[in-house]
Amino acid sequence: MAVTNNTMILRRELLTRIIKLLHENTLEENIDRIPYQMRPKGYEEVSRCCIYKDRAMLKYRAMGVLGFGIDEEEDEMTSLAEYTRMAFQREHVSENPLSVMTDACSACVKVNYVVTNMCRGCVARPCEVNCNKNAIHFVNGQAHIDPDKCVNCGLCMKNCPFHAIIYIPVPCEESCPVGAISKDEHGKEHIDPDKCIYCGRCLSACPFGAVVEKSHLVELFKAFRSDKPTVALVAPAVAGQFKTSLGNIMGAIKQLGFDDVIEVAKGADVTTTNEAAEFAEKVLEEGQPFMTTSCCPSYYMLAHKHLPEVAPFVSHTRSPMYYAAEIARKQYPDATIVFVGPCVAKRKEAYYDPNVDLMLSFEELGTMFVAMGIEGFSDEQAMTLDADIMPSSRGYAATAGVMGAVAGQLPEEYKDRIKPIVINGLDKQAIRDLKGYAKSCPGNMVEVMACEGGCVNGCNVIANPKIATRQVQALAKE
Amino acid sequence: MEKLTVQICTGTLCYIMGGSELQLLGEYLPETLADKVEIRGATCLDICNQEGKGKAPYVLVGDELITGATVAKVVEAIKQKIG
Repeated sequence: MAVTNNTMILRRELLTRIIKLLHENTLEENIDRIPYQMRPKGYEEVSRCCIYKDRAMLKYRAMGVLGFGIDEEEDEMTSLAEYTRMAFQREHVSENPLSVMTDACSACVKVNYVVTNMCRGCVARPCEVNCNKNAIHFVNGQAHIDPDKCVNCGLCMKNCPFHAIIYIPVPCEESCPVGAISKDEHGKEHIDPDKCIYCGRCLSACPFGAVVEKSHLVELFKAFRSDKPTVALVAPAVAGQFKTSLGNIMGAIKQLGFDDVIEVAKGADVTTTNEAAEFAEKVLEEGQPFMTTSCCPSYYMLAHKHLPEVAPFVSHTRSPMYYAAEIARKQYPDATIVFVGPCVAKRKEAYYDPNVDLMLSFEELGTMFVAMGIEGFSDEQAMTLDADIMPSSRGYAATAGVMGAVAGQLPEEYKDRIKPIVINGLDKQAIRDLKGYAKSCPGNMVEVMACEGGCVNGCNVIANPKIATRQVQALAKE
Repeated sequence: MEKLTVQICTGTLCYIMGGSELQLLGEYLPETLADKVEIRGATCLDICNQEGKGKAPYVLVGDELITGATVAKVVEAIKQKIG
Protein backbone atom coordinates (compact mmCIF):
# COMPACT_ATOMS: atom_id res chain seq x y z
CA MET A 1 0.00 0.00 0.00
CA ALA A 2 2.97 2.28 -0.34
CA VAL A 3 1.47 4.62 -2.86
CA THR A 4 4.13 6.67 -4.56
CA ASN A 5 2.97 10.21 -4.08
CA ASN A 6 4.14 13.52 -2.71
CA THR A 7 2.94 13.02 0.87
CA MET A 8 5.12 9.90 1.02
CA ILE A 9 8.11 11.72 -0.46
CA LEU A 10 7.63 14.62 1.96
CA ARG A 11 7.52 12.23 4.92
CA ARG A 12 10.67 10.44 3.81
CA GLU A 13 12.54 13.69 3.23
CA LEU A 14 11.63 14.84 6.74
CA LEU A 15 12.62 11.48 8.25
CA THR A 16 15.99 11.63 6.50
CA ARG A 17 16.70 15.13 7.82
CA ILE A 18 15.74 14.27 11.38
CA ILE A 19 17.73 11.02 11.41
CA LYS A 20 20.81 12.84 10.07
CA LEU A 21 20.65 15.20 13.05
CA LEU A 22 19.92 12.38 15.49
CA HIS A 23 22.95 10.55 14.16
CA GLU A 24 25.15 13.65 14.56
CA ASN A 25 23.60 14.22 17.97
CA THR A 26 22.63 17.81 17.09
CA LEU A 27 18.88 17.36 16.81
CA GLU A 28 17.84 19.71 19.60
CA GLU A 29 19.92 22.60 18.23
CA ASN A 30 18.77 22.22 14.63
CA ILE A 31 15.35 20.63 14.44
CA ASP A 32 13.41 23.90 14.45
CA ARG A 33 15.21 24.86 11.24
CA ILE A 34 13.97 21.84 9.30
CA PRO A 35 10.57 23.27 8.26
CA TYR A 36 12.44 26.35 6.98
CA GLN A 37 15.05 24.26 5.19
CA MET A 38 12.39 22.21 3.47
CA ARG A 39 10.35 25.30 2.61
CA PRO A 40 12.86 28.19 2.40
CA LYS A 41 11.90 31.78 1.59
CA GLY A 42 10.87 32.10 -2.03
CA TYR A 43 10.11 28.38 -2.39
CA GLU A 44 7.62 28.16 -5.20
CA GLU A 45 6.34 24.62 -5.26
CA VAL A 46 4.38 24.79 -2.02
CA SER A 47 2.20 21.79 -1.20
CA ARG A 48 -0.64 23.68 0.46
CA CYS A 49 -2.09 27.17 0.36
CA CYS A 50 1.15 28.92 1.31
CA ILE A 51 4.65 28.42 2.61
CA TYR A 52 3.59 29.16 6.19
CA LYS A 53 1.06 26.38 6.30
CA ASP A 54 3.57 24.00 4.74
CA ARG A 55 6.05 24.82 7.50
CA ALA A 56 3.44 24.51 10.23
CA MET A 57 2.39 21.08 8.99
CA LEU A 58 6.02 19.96 8.74
CA LYS A 59 6.35 20.89 12.39
CA TYR A 60 3.40 18.67 13.32
CA ARG A 61 4.74 15.88 11.17
CA ALA A 62 8.07 16.20 12.97
CA MET A 63 6.22 15.76 16.29
CA GLY A 64 5.18 12.34 15.03
CA VAL A 65 8.77 11.47 14.09
CA LEU A 66 9.77 12.44 17.63
CA GLY A 67 7.18 9.97 18.91
CA PHE A 68 4.42 12.33 19.94
CA GLY A 69 0.80 12.10 18.87
CA ILE A 70 -0.59 15.30 17.40
CA ASP A 71 -3.30 15.08 20.07
CA GLU A 72 -0.60 15.32 22.75
CA GLU A 73 0.00 18.98 21.92
CA GLU A 74 -0.71 21.13 24.96
CA ASP A 75 0.81 24.42 23.96
CA GLU A 76 1.04 25.50 20.32
CA MET A 77 4.17 27.49 21.16
CA THR A 78 6.17 24.42 22.22
CA SER A 79 9.16 24.29 19.90
CA LEU A 80 10.47 21.16 18.25
CA ALA A 81 13.64 21.60 20.32
CA GLU A 82 11.48 21.37 23.44
CA TYR A 83 9.74 18.26 22.08
CA THR A 84 13.16 16.77 21.36
CA ARG A 85 14.20 17.36 24.98
CA MET A 86 10.96 15.80 26.21
CA ALA A 87 11.45 12.83 23.87
CA PHE A 88 14.92 12.16 25.24
CA GLN A 89 13.62 12.34 28.81
CA ARG A 90 10.49 10.22 28.49
CA GLU A 91 10.29 6.60 29.58
CA HIS A 92 8.54 5.33 26.48
CA VAL A 93 6.35 6.36 23.54
CA SER A 94 2.64 6.30 24.43
CA GLU A 95 0.46 3.50 23.17
CA ASN A 96 -1.71 4.57 20.25
CA PRO A 97 0.46 4.79 17.15
CA LEU A 98 -1.84 6.92 14.98
CA SER A 99 -3.18 10.45 15.26
CA VAL A 100 -4.61 13.01 12.87
CA MET A 101 -3.04 16.42 12.15
CA THR A 102 -6.32 18.26 12.48
CA ASP A 103 -4.98 21.35 10.72
CA ALA A 104 -3.79 19.26 7.77
CA CYS A 105 -7.10 17.42 7.45
CA SER A 106 -8.87 19.31 4.72
CA ALA A 107 -12.24 18.35 6.21
CA CYS A 108 -13.42 16.58 3.07
CA VAL A 109 -17.05 16.75 2.04
CA LYS A 110 -19.59 15.98 4.73
CA VAL A 111 -22.11 14.98 2.11
CA ASN A 112 -20.77 12.62 -0.53
CA TYR A 113 -23.15 13.76 -3.28
CA VAL A 114 -22.64 16.97 -5.19
CA VAL A 115 -24.78 18.53 -7.91
CA THR A 116 -22.46 19.69 -10.70
CA ASN A 117 -23.25 22.50 -13.09
CA MET A 118 -24.30 19.89 -15.63
CA CYS A 119 -27.69 20.09 -13.89
CA ARG A 120 -30.19 21.26 -16.50
CA GLY A 121 -32.92 22.10 -14.01
CA CYS A 122 -35.23 19.78 -15.88
CA VAL A 123 -38.98 19.60 -15.58
CA ALA A 124 -38.99 16.03 -14.31
CA ARG A 125 -36.66 16.77 -11.35
CA PRO A 126 -36.50 13.13 -10.23
CA CYS A 127 -33.73 14.03 -7.77
CA GLU A 128 -36.11 16.22 -5.83
CA VAL A 129 -39.12 13.92 -6.17
CA ASN A 130 -37.25 10.80 -5.07
CA CYS A 131 -35.37 12.30 -2.13
CA ASN A 132 -36.96 10.86 0.99
CA LYS A 133 -35.36 13.46 3.22
CA ASN A 134 -36.53 16.52 1.34
CA ALA A 135 -32.89 17.55 1.03
CA ILE A 136 -33.01 18.90 -2.53
CA HIS A 137 -34.24 22.31 -3.52
CA PHE A 138 -33.76 24.43 -6.64
CA VAL A 139 -31.94 27.77 -6.77
CA ASN A 140 -31.61 29.66 -10.06
CA GLY A 141 -32.79 26.61 -11.97
CA GLN A 142 -30.23 24.19 -10.50
CA ALA A 143 -30.56 21.52 -7.84
CA HIS A 144 -28.83 21.97 -4.46
CA ILE A 145 -28.34 19.45 -1.66
CA ASP A 146 -28.94 20.57 1.90
CA PRO A 147 -26.05 19.03 3.85
CA ASP A 148 -28.03 19.05 7.12
CA LYS A 149 -30.80 16.91 5.67
CA CYS A 150 -28.87 14.64 3.28
CA VAL A 151 -28.17 11.10 4.56
CA ASN A 152 -25.90 10.03 1.68
CA CYS A 153 -28.37 7.50 0.28
CA GLY A 154 -27.43 8.26 -3.33
CA LEU A 155 -30.97 8.15 -4.75
CA CYS A 156 -30.56 11.58 -6.39
CA MET A 157 -27.47 10.45 -8.28
CA LYS A 158 -29.19 7.26 -9.36
CA ASN A 159 -32.23 9.12 -10.65
CA CYS A 160 -30.61 12.06 -12.45
CA PRO A 161 -31.15 11.55 -16.20
CA PHE A 162 -28.15 13.79 -17.02
CA HIS A 163 -25.58 12.17 -14.69
CA ALA A 164 -25.21 15.63 -13.22
CA ILE A 165 -24.88 14.44 -9.63
CA ILE A 166 -21.59 12.86 -8.65
CA TYR A 167 -20.23 10.88 -5.72
CA ILE A 168 -17.19 12.31 -3.94
CA PRO A 169 -15.48 9.92 -1.55
CA VAL A 170 -13.78 10.77 1.74
CA PRO A 171 -10.59 8.79 1.15
CA CYS A 172 -9.74 7.93 4.76
CA GLU A 173 -13.29 6.92 5.69
CA GLU A 174 -13.67 4.98 2.48
CA SER A 175 -10.43 3.07 3.07
CA CYS A 176 -11.22 2.12 6.68
CA PRO A 177 -12.75 -1.38 6.77
CA VAL A 178 -14.22 -0.94 10.27
CA GLY A 179 -15.58 2.62 10.35
CA ALA A 180 -13.01 3.77 12.91
CA ILE A 181 -12.29 7.18 11.38
CA SER A 182 -15.00 9.81 11.35
CA LYS A 183 -15.63 13.55 11.44
CA ASP A 184 -16.14 15.79 14.46
CA GLU A 185 -18.58 18.70 14.38
CA HIS A 186 -16.03 20.79 12.45
CA GLY A 187 -15.64 18.15 9.76
CA LYS A 188 -12.18 17.10 10.95
CA GLU A 189 -11.37 13.41 11.11
CA HIS A 190 -10.61 11.52 14.31
CA ILE A 191 -9.61 7.89 14.88
CA ASP A 192 -11.53 5.92 17.48
CA PRO A 193 -8.92 3.76 19.23
CA ASP A 194 -11.61 1.32 20.42
CA LYS A 195 -12.60 0.51 16.85
CA CYS A 196 -9.26 0.94 15.04
CA ILE A 197 -7.47 -2.23 13.93
CA TYR A 198 -4.34 -0.31 12.87
CA CYS A 199 -4.33 -1.63 9.32
CA GLY A 200 -2.78 1.68 8.25
CA ARG A 201 -5.04 2.19 5.26
CA CYS A 202 -6.01 5.75 6.29
CA LEU A 203 -2.33 6.58 6.58
CA SER A 204 -1.82 5.75 2.92
CA ALA A 205 -5.22 6.95 1.74
CA CYS A 206 -5.27 10.55 2.98
CA PRO A 207 -4.22 12.77 0.06
CA PHE A 208 -3.23 15.49 2.55
CA GLY A 209 -1.02 13.15 4.57
CA ALA A 210 -2.96 14.14 7.67
CA VAL A 211 -2.68 10.80 9.46
CA VAL A 212 0.60 10.56 11.31
CA GLU A 213 2.37 7.59 12.85
CA LYS A 214 4.47 7.94 15.99
CA SER A 215 8.04 6.87 15.54
CA HIS A 216 10.42 5.27 18.04
CA LEU A 217 13.52 6.77 16.44
CA VAL A 218 14.55 8.84 19.47
CA GLU A 219 14.28 5.74 21.66
CA LEU A 220 16.34 3.79 19.13
CA PHE A 221 19.19 6.30 19.20
CA LYS A 222 19.02 6.34 23.00
CA ALA A 223 19.44 2.56 22.87
CA PHE A 224 22.38 2.84 20.46
CA ARG A 225 24.10 5.16 22.94
CA SER A 226 23.45 3.07 26.04
CA ASP A 227 25.74 0.32 27.35
CA LYS A 228 23.19 -2.35 26.61
CA PRO A 229 23.23 -4.24 23.30
CA THR A 230 20.66 -3.41 20.62
CA VAL A 231 19.22 -6.29 18.60
CA ALA A 232 17.16 -5.99 15.41
CA LEU A 233 14.50 -8.57 14.57
CA VAL A 234 13.77 -8.28 10.86
CA ALA A 235 10.38 -9.33 9.47
CA PRO A 236 10.45 -11.67 6.45
CA ALA A 237 9.10 -8.88 4.20
CA VAL A 238 12.43 -7.06 4.53
CA ALA A 239 13.91 -9.42 1.94
CA GLY A 240 11.93 -7.69 -0.79
CA GLN A 241 12.59 -4.11 0.22
CA PHE A 242 15.92 -3.40 -1.44
CA LYS A 243 17.52 -4.47 -4.69
CA THR A 244 19.96 -6.86 -3.06
CA SER A 245 20.18 -10.12 -1.13
CA LEU A 246 18.72 -10.65 2.36
CA GLY A 247 22.22 -11.24 3.73
CA ASN A 248 23.34 -7.88 2.37
CA ILE A 249 20.31 -6.09 3.81
CA MET A 250 20.95 -7.62 7.23
CA GLY A 251 24.61 -6.67 7.01
CA ALA A 252 23.64 -3.08 6.24
CA ILE A 253 21.21 -3.03 9.19
CA LYS A 254 24.00 -4.17 11.46
CA GLN A 255 26.15 -1.29 10.23
CA LEU A 256 23.54 1.16 11.48
CA GLY A 257 24.63 0.29 15.01
CA PHE A 258 22.84 -2.92 15.94
CA ASP A 259 24.85 -5.53 17.80
CA ASP A 260 22.99 -8.37 16.16
CA VAL A 261 20.35 -8.86 13.48
CA ILE A 262 18.02 -11.85 13.75
CA GLU A 263 15.46 -12.99 11.18
CA VAL A 264 11.87 -13.12 12.45
CA ALA A 265 11.61 -16.15 10.16
CA LYS A 266 13.31 -18.01 13.02
CA GLY A 267 10.16 -17.31 15.06
CA ALA A 268 8.02 -18.21 12.04
CA ASP A 269 9.49 -21.72 12.30
CA VAL A 270 7.87 -22.00 15.72
CA THR A 271 4.60 -20.45 14.49
CA THR A 272 4.44 -22.96 11.62
CA THR A 273 5.10 -25.93 13.89
CA ASN A 274 2.61 -24.83 16.56
CA GLU A 275 -0.06 -23.79 14.08
CA ALA A 276 0.15 -27.11 12.21
CA ALA A 277 -0.13 -29.01 15.51
CA GLU A 278 -3.03 -26.83 16.67
CA PHE A 279 -4.85 -27.31 13.34
CA ALA A 280 -4.36 -31.09 13.43
CA GLU A 281 -5.62 -31.30 17.00
CA LYS A 282 -8.55 -28.88 16.96
CA VAL A 283 -9.87 -29.32 13.42
CA LEU A 284 -8.80 -32.76 12.22
CA GLU A 285 -9.01 -34.64 15.51
CA GLU A 286 -11.57 -32.76 17.62
CA GLY A 287 -13.81 -31.65 14.76
CA GLN A 288 -13.76 -27.87 15.13
CA PRO A 289 -15.24 -26.65 11.81
CA PHE A 290 -12.29 -24.44 10.88
CA MET A 291 -9.37 -22.43 12.21
CA THR A 292 -7.85 -19.14 11.09
CA THR A 293 -4.28 -17.88 11.26
CA SER A 294 -3.39 -15.33 13.92
CA CYS A 295 -0.09 -13.79 12.84
CA CYS A 296 -1.49 -10.64 11.19
CA PRO A 297 -2.11 -8.32 14.16
CA SER A 298 -4.61 -6.24 12.23
CA TYR A 299 -6.76 -9.29 11.57
CA TYR A 300 -6.30 -10.44 15.16
CA MET A 301 -7.64 -7.08 16.39
CA LEU A 302 -10.48 -7.22 13.86
CA ALA A 303 -11.61 -10.61 15.13
CA HIS A 304 -11.43 -9.60 18.78
CA LYS A 305 -12.92 -6.10 18.44
CA HIS A 306 -15.50 -6.56 15.72
CA LEU A 307 -16.19 -10.22 14.97
CA PRO A 308 -17.04 -12.03 18.23
CA GLU A 309 -18.46 -14.92 16.17
CA VAL A 310 -15.10 -15.45 14.43
CA ALA A 311 -12.80 -14.87 17.43
CA PRO A 312 -13.16 -18.43 18.85
CA PHE A 313 -11.76 -19.83 15.59
CA VAL A 314 -8.57 -17.73 15.61
CA SER A 315 -5.58 -19.92 16.39
CA HIS A 316 -3.90 -19.49 19.78
CA THR A 317 -0.49 -19.81 18.19
CA ARG A 318 1.55 -16.64 18.63
CA SER A 319 3.06 -14.57 15.85
CA PRO A 320 6.56 -15.07 14.43
CA MET A 321 7.57 -11.77 16.05
CA TYR A 322 6.56 -13.09 19.47
CA TYR A 323 8.59 -16.29 19.20
CA ALA A 324 11.56 -14.56 17.57
CA ALA A 325 11.64 -12.01 20.40
CA GLU A 326 11.45 -14.81 22.96
CA ILE A 327 14.45 -16.50 21.33
CA ALA A 328 16.35 -13.20 21.12
CA ARG A 329 15.61 -12.39 24.78
CA LYS A 330 17.13 -15.69 25.92
CA GLN A 331 20.28 -14.91 23.98
CA TYR A 332 20.44 -11.24 24.99
CA PRO A 333 18.68 -10.85 28.37
CA ASP A 334 19.38 -7.12 28.83
CA ALA A 335 19.25 -5.98 25.19
CA THR A 336 16.94 -3.44 23.61
CA ILE A 337 15.04 -5.57 21.10
CA VAL A 338 13.83 -3.73 18.03
CA PHE A 339 11.30 -5.25 15.64
CA VAL A 340 11.83 -4.05 12.06
CA GLY A 341 8.61 -4.41 10.12
CA PRO A 342 6.23 -3.23 7.41
CA CYS A 343 3.18 -1.86 9.20
CA VAL A 344 1.55 0.13 11.96
CA ALA A 345 -0.37 -2.91 13.24
CA LYS A 346 2.92 -4.52 14.20
CA ARG A 347 3.83 -1.32 16.07
CA LYS A 348 0.68 -1.81 18.10
CA GLU A 349 1.42 -5.51 18.67
CA ALA A 350 5.00 -4.70 19.66
CA TYR A 351 3.69 -2.38 22.38
CA TYR A 352 2.15 -5.37 24.16
CA ASP A 353 4.88 -7.89 23.43
CA PRO A 354 6.82 -8.66 26.62
CA ASN A 355 10.12 -8.97 24.78
CA VAL A 356 9.94 -6.34 22.05
CA ASP A 357 11.06 -2.90 23.20
CA LEU A 358 10.86 -0.80 20.05
CA MET A 359 9.57 -0.89 16.52
CA LEU A 360 11.24 0.44 13.39
CA SER A 361 9.29 0.62 10.13
CA PHE A 362 10.80 -0.23 6.75
CA GLU A 363 10.33 3.37 5.74
CA GLU A 364 12.33 4.51 8.76
CA LEU A 365 14.93 1.83 8.03
CA GLY A 366 15.36 3.02 4.43
CA THR A 367 15.69 6.64 5.49
CA MET A 368 18.25 5.60 8.14
CA PHE A 369 20.40 4.03 5.42
CA VAL A 370 20.29 7.28 3.46
CA ALA A 371 20.77 9.61 6.43
CA MET A 372 23.63 7.60 7.91
CA GLY A 373 25.42 7.15 4.61
CA ILE A 374 25.02 3.36 4.34
CA GLU A 375 24.80 3.63 0.57
CA GLY A 376 25.07 0.56 -1.57
CA PHE A 377 25.00 -2.92 -0.13
CA SER A 378 28.35 -4.65 -0.07
CA ASP A 379 28.91 -8.38 -0.08
CA GLU A 380 31.81 -7.97 2.36
CA GLN A 381 29.46 -6.70 5.09
CA ALA A 382 26.82 -9.34 4.34
CA MET A 383 25.56 -11.57 7.13
CA THR A 384 25.36 -15.30 6.69
CA LEU A 385 21.78 -16.49 6.80
CA ASP A 386 20.76 -18.91 9.53
CA ALA A 387 20.75 -22.25 7.68
CA ASP A 388 18.43 -23.87 10.24
CA ILE A 389 15.47 -21.67 9.28
CA MET A 390 12.89 -23.43 7.10
CA PRO A 391 12.69 -21.70 3.69
CA SER A 392 8.88 -21.57 3.94
CA SER A 393 9.21 -19.35 7.03
CA ARG A 394 10.76 -16.69 4.83
CA GLY A 395 7.62 -16.85 2.67
CA TYR A 396 5.27 -15.57 5.42
CA ALA A 397 5.42 -12.07 3.97
CA ALA A 398 3.44 -12.85 0.81
CA THR A 399 -0.20 -13.88 0.63
CA ALA A 400 -0.75 -17.66 0.98
CA GLY A 401 2.74 -17.95 2.46
CA VAL A 402 1.55 -18.86 5.95
CA MET A 403 -0.90 -21.37 4.53
CA GLY A 404 1.84 -22.99 2.45
CA ALA A 405 4.15 -23.25 5.44
CA VAL A 406 1.49 -24.75 7.74
CA ALA A 407 0.21 -27.22 5.12
CA GLY A 408 3.78 -28.35 4.46
CA GLN A 409 4.36 -29.01 8.14
CA LEU A 410 1.35 -31.30 8.65
CA PRO A 411 2.09 -35.01 9.18
CA GLU A 412 1.79 -37.09 5.96
CA GLU A 413 -1.54 -38.70 6.87
CA TYR A 414 -3.15 -35.26 7.37
CA LYS A 415 -1.73 -33.49 4.32
CA ASP A 416 -4.70 -34.08 2.00
CA ARG A 417 -7.26 -33.14 4.66
CA ILE A 418 -6.48 -29.43 4.78
CA LYS A 419 -8.95 -27.33 2.77
CA PRO A 420 -7.36 -23.89 2.48
CA ILE A 421 -9.08 -20.54 2.10
CA VAL A 422 -6.98 -17.42 1.69
CA ILE A 423 -8.29 -13.96 2.55
CA ASN A 424 -6.00 -11.64 0.69
CA GLY A 425 -6.66 -8.17 2.11
CA LEU A 426 -9.31 -7.02 4.56
CA ASP A 427 -12.04 -4.96 2.98
CA LYS A 428 -15.73 -4.80 3.76
CA GLN A 429 -16.47 -7.82 1.55
CA ALA A 430 -13.77 -9.92 3.24
CA ILE A 431 -15.27 -9.03 6.61
CA ARG A 432 -18.69 -10.20 5.41
CA ASP A 433 -17.08 -13.41 4.15
CA LEU A 434 -15.47 -14.02 7.54
CA LYS A 435 -18.80 -13.54 9.30
CA GLY A 436 -20.28 -16.09 6.91
CA TYR A 437 -17.51 -18.60 7.70
CA ALA A 438 -18.50 -18.48 11.37
CA LYS A 439 -21.84 -20.00 10.34
CA SER A 440 -20.62 -22.25 7.55
CA CYS A 441 -17.09 -22.41 6.27
CA PRO A 442 -16.34 -23.92 2.84
CA GLY A 443 -12.78 -24.77 3.97
CA ASN A 444 -11.19 -25.75 7.25
CA MET A 445 -8.12 -23.51 7.39
CA VAL A 446 -8.33 -19.78 6.69
CA GLU A 447 -5.31 -17.56 6.23
CA VAL A 448 -6.07 -13.87 6.74
CA MET A 449 -3.79 -11.00 5.88
CA ALA A 450 -5.03 -7.46 6.27
CA CYS A 451 -3.02 -6.12 3.35
CA GLU A 452 -3.64 -7.24 -0.19
CA GLY A 453 -0.66 -9.31 -1.26
CA GLY A 454 0.50 -9.78 2.32
CA CYS A 455 3.10 -7.96 4.43
CA VAL A 456 5.05 -6.93 1.31
CA ASN A 457 2.19 -4.47 0.81
CA GLY A 458 2.14 -3.09 4.36
CA CYS A 459 1.56 0.62 4.86
CA ASN A 460 5.25 1.30 5.57
CA VAL A 461 6.95 -0.59 2.77
CA ILE A 462 9.44 0.91 0.37
CA ALA A 463 9.57 -1.41 -2.60
CA ASN A 464 6.84 -1.93 -5.14
CA PRO A 465 4.94 -4.96 -3.76
CA LYS A 466 5.11 -6.82 -7.08
CA ILE A 467 8.90 -6.76 -7.01
CA ALA A 468 9.06 -7.43 -3.28
CA THR A 469 6.81 -10.49 -3.71
CA ARG A 470 9.13 -11.93 -6.34
CA GLN A 471 12.16 -11.49 -4.08
CA VAL A 472 10.39 -12.98 -1.03
CA GLN A 473 8.99 -15.95 -2.93
CA ALA A 474 12.33 -16.72 -4.57
CA LEU A 475 13.91 -16.91 -1.13
CA ALA A 476 11.12 -19.10 0.24
CA LYS A 477 11.75 -21.67 -2.50
CA GLU A 478 15.49 -22.04 -1.86
CA MET B 1 21.24 -0.54 -34.60
CA GLU B 2 22.80 0.20 -31.27
CA LYS B 3 20.41 -0.01 -28.37
CA LEU B 4 19.59 3.01 -26.24
CA THR B 5 20.88 2.48 -22.70
CA VAL B 6 18.59 3.36 -19.81
CA GLN B 7 20.29 3.38 -16.42
CA ILE B 8 18.04 3.30 -13.39
CA CYS B 9 19.73 4.30 -10.16
CA THR B 10 19.13 1.65 -7.50
CA GLY B 11 20.90 3.60 -4.75
CA THR B 12 18.96 3.64 -1.50
CA LEU B 13 17.91 7.28 -1.73
CA CYS B 14 16.45 6.78 -5.21
CA TYR B 15 14.86 3.53 -4.13
CA ILE B 16 13.02 5.02 -1.15
CA MET B 17 11.94 8.12 -3.06
CA GLY B 18 9.89 6.03 -5.47
CA GLY B 19 12.64 4.45 -7.55
CA SER B 20 11.45 0.96 -6.74
CA GLU B 21 8.51 1.56 -9.08
CA LEU B 22 10.97 2.04 -11.93
CA GLN B 23 12.02 -1.60 -11.65
CA LEU B 24 8.83 -2.33 -13.55
CA LEU B 25 9.84 -0.10 -16.48
CA GLY B 26 10.50 -3.07 -18.75
CA GLU B 27 6.94 -4.28 -18.28
CA TYR B 28 5.47 -0.90 -19.23
CA LEU B 29 7.55 -0.30 -22.35
CA PRO B 30 5.49 -0.49 -25.55
CA GLU B 31 6.51 -3.47 -27.70
CA THR B 32 7.75 -1.20 -30.45
CA LEU B 33 10.37 0.22 -28.10
CA ALA B 34 11.24 -2.82 -26.02
CA ASP B 35 13.88 -4.28 -28.34
CA LYS B 36 15.51 -0.91 -28.97
CA VAL B 37 16.27 -0.25 -25.33
CA GLU B 38 18.62 -1.82 -22.85
CA ILE B 39 17.54 -1.28 -19.25
CA ARG B 40 20.23 -1.51 -16.62
CA GLY B 41 20.21 -1.05 -12.88
CA ALA B 42 22.99 1.23 -11.76
CA THR B 43 24.57 1.49 -8.36
CA CYS B 44 24.29 5.04 -7.00
CA LEU B 45 24.84 7.44 -9.93
CA ASP B 46 26.14 9.98 -7.38
CA ILE B 47 23.77 12.68 -8.54
CA CYS B 48 22.10 12.96 -5.12
CA ASN B 49 25.32 14.44 -3.70
CA GLN B 50 25.41 17.28 -6.22
CA GLU B 51 23.55 20.47 -5.29
CA GLY B 52 20.82 21.76 -7.53
CA LYS B 53 20.36 18.68 -9.68
CA GLY B 54 16.69 18.21 -8.81
CA LYS B 55 15.06 15.42 -6.87
CA ALA B 56 15.52 11.66 -6.70
CA PRO B 57 14.90 9.16 -8.22
CA TYR B 58 17.34 9.59 -11.09
CA VAL B 59 17.47 7.83 -14.43
CA LEU B 60 19.87 8.27 -17.33
CA VAL B 61 18.26 7.82 -20.74
CA GLY B 62 21.30 7.73 -23.00
CA ASP B 63 23.14 10.74 -21.60
CA GLU B 64 20.02 12.65 -20.60
CA LEU B 65 19.36 12.90 -16.86
CA ILE B 66 15.75 12.46 -15.74
CA THR B 67 15.08 13.74 -12.22
CA GLY B 68 12.04 12.93 -10.12
CA ALA B 69 11.74 10.02 -12.53
CA THR B 70 8.51 8.10 -13.00
CA VAL B 71 7.75 5.31 -15.45
CA ALA B 72 5.74 7.76 -17.58
CA LYS B 73 8.52 10.37 -17.64
CA VAL B 74 11.14 7.79 -18.64
CA VAL B 75 8.97 6.25 -21.38
CA GLU B 76 8.38 9.75 -22.75
CA ALA B 77 12.12 10.46 -22.82
CA ILE B 78 12.80 7.15 -24.57
CA LYS B 79 10.16 7.94 -27.21
CA GLN B 80 11.74 11.33 -27.86
CA LYS B 81 15.17 9.75 -28.32
CA ILE B 82 14.04 6.90 -30.55
CA GLY B 83 11.06 8.63 -32.10
